[in-house]
Amino acid sequence: MAKVLVVTSGKGGVGKTTSTAALGAALAQMGQNVVVIDFDVGLRNLDLVMGAERRVVFDLINVVQGVAKLPQALIRDKRLENLWLLPASQTRDKDALTEEGVKRVIADLKTKFDWILCDSPAGIERGATLAMRYADEAIIVTNPEVSSVRDSDRIIGMLDSKTVRAERGERVEKHLLVTRYDAGRAARGEMLSIDDILEILATPLLGIVPESQDVLRASNVGCPVTLNAASSAPARAYTDAVRRLMGEAVEMTVPVERKGLMDRLLRRRAA
Amino acid sequence: MMNVMRLFGGRSASAPVARERLQILLSHERGRTGTPDLLEMLRSEILGVVSKHIDVDPDKVVVKMDRGKFVSMLEVDIEVPNGVQRSKMVAAT
Repeated sequence: MAKVLVVTSGKGGVGKTTSTAALGAALAQMGQNVVVIDFDVGLRNLDLVMGAERRVVFDLINVVQGVAKLPQALIRDKRLENLWLLPASQTRDKDALTEEGVKRVIADLKTKFDWILCDSPAGIERGATLAMRYADEAIIVTNPEVSSVRDSDRIIGMLDSKTVRAERGERVEKHLLVTRYDAGRAARGEMLSIDDILEILATPLLGIVPESQDVLRASNVGCPVTLNAASSAPARAYTDAVRRLMGEAVEMTVPVERKGLMDRLLRRRAA
Repeated sequence: MMNVMRLFGGRSASAPVARERLQILLSHERGRTGTPDLLEMLRSEILGVVSKHIDVDPDKVVVKMDRGKFVSMLEVDIEVPNGVQRSKMVAAT
């Protein structure tokens, strides 16, 4: 049974796109058939983070409007054969998306994939509401910072009221993914701790992604961090999160950087 | 205490301030955005259930929420006419 998962946050710049790419790749590495959809019409970036920016021909809007067929718009990842991308349009604006069109595309994708990951644009406008509209589950990406937590709270309220599931009286299962976390600063009381965030948002925790240079390095080269640096702390955090999504019980930890001598030497050279 | 912490730790901890500000702000925002819809929904559903069995005047069903600091009070006030009549819906079945 295919699952539709929205990656959302309200606030911009907290790591939705990076997380969508990393989670999608991790799911595909576990043998799942995965498609990631970019809902950020007009400001697409998932293609860039996944290294497929030069292979975009057709996009979501083209499919919604019937200009292109779904298989023409889907881009297969060069590294993982069961990972696909449906890019957003760069030239159109978000009003080109219709609820009916999105519904049709998602229904179609559900027959072909195990997981449909919808990368939501920031904000609470049309693009964001359409990205969450047909979701079965939601990942709320939150930074340990006041404005991000506030916006997450707002988005959680919308997931409970503006989705098809909510309107039917069903539940969208919600998961919190805390990114850019610095355990040291939290311990010193300089940053909201995981407990603080969980108490305020009252949403189950899916994972803790530590602040790491590997994340920027991965997007620099256009490769999800779970593929680009599979043993790095953020990659392990995303992989654990995916295992929890698939129902495995994985102990919740904040992965830390492994800093052996060789590791340091190699890291310096690679950077 | 603050001064001692400053001496040893450089700066004082700001996370507790962030946490408290968020808790106050969000309890406010949730109240503002959530309540009107919730109360109207409760009112219409309660009216639906009650009027299956008793004839009541829809205007005489009042649902109120009083927000306290620790608990809130949900007050449901339904005026039922004397000589309670069973609803025709029930009588028919």
